[in-house]
Amino acid sequence: MKRKNAIQIAGIAGYVLFLIISFALGFNPGKEIGYNFASFSMDMLKILPGAFILIGLFEVWVKRETVQKHLGEESGIIGYIWAVLLAGTTVGGIYVAFPVAYSLYSKGAKFSNILTYISASAICRIPMAIFEASFLGIKFTIIRLLVSLPLVIVSSMLLGDYLRRRNYKIPAK
Amino acid sequence: MKEAYFLYVIAGLAMLISFIVNRQKTLRAIEIAAKRFANILPYFLIMLILVSIALFLLPDTFITRYLASDNKFIAVLLASILGSITLMPGFIAFPLAGILLTKGVPYMVLSAFTTTLMMVGVLTYPVEKAYLGVKLTIIRNTISFFIALIVAVMTGIFFGEIFE
Repeated sequence: MKRKNAIQIAGIAGYVLFLIISFALGFNPGKEIGYNFASFSMDMLKILPGAFILIGLFEVWVKRETVQKHLGEESGIIGYIWAVLLAGTTVGGIYVAFPVAYSLYSKGAKFSNILTYISASAICRIPMAIFEASFLGIKFTIIRLLVSLPLVIVSSMLLGDYLRRRNYKIPAK
Repeated sequence: MKEAYFLYVIAGLAMLISFIVNRQKTLRAIEIAAKRFANILPYFLIMLILVSIALFLLPDTFITRYLASDNKFIAVLLASILGSITLMPGFIAFPLAGILLTKGVPYMVLSAFTTTLMMVGVLTYPVEKAYLGVKLTIIRNTISFFIALIVAVMTGIFFGEIFE
């Protein structure tokens, strides 16, 4: 792993150096990449601290039994409903869903439910769906949700079962 | 970004209530939040670097040109590939899709583009891998890609773009 880290650090350092030189010499492609980086970083830095605070509070306040009951192995259909509802209120994007899903998993949620949660938070966050409908029409959004959501749930069930049978473990953090 | 304000109102209130009920636990929550955030930050950094480069190589004008292709089915395929390898926030993606719609790009192409944009993340791979592991990340993205194609086809059928 040491070597991989070294490569990553070298890559990041090279990138930073490239940006500095680009700005110093007025190299336009490099400047544009720098602006892209800045604008995306700002977007994420706006969301991530708030999301992680909620994750921290979740970790200390929500009991393992509660998560197990609603999203665990025995949760049944209710588990999927919870996963979709939780996803609907997730802010940001799929990148916020990963740490949340990780927390849920480490508190006893089953694979099928966290996979449903991740995909559903990509496709049916309520604020985003409203925004989408205002640009592409309500019919477009409704078709998208009605087709994708059942596919997400069914594929998550199958994949979750497969992972459980194979005893898949996600990386410990 | 109204979403962000909403998030901080909720997070602020939750923290305040938590602090009133139990100071110790709240401090621990902040500690967990800071530690986890710091742990994942390098992966986000790598992702942001990839995004900044990809966005330069594939600007809006490029996407517009390829999505407006004459053959609908090729356009759907191109749209889903572009959607998979780019990453843009909804407040850029949907207005762009709206503009493409007025330029005559079919709904099914826009559906392929926006759905893969949201569900499939080649550029979010560093972050996703850190949480889910390599194998699950690859499987999840592959399944999502096919779901997006199915959604695009169904969109085409419902908007009368496939069977005219």
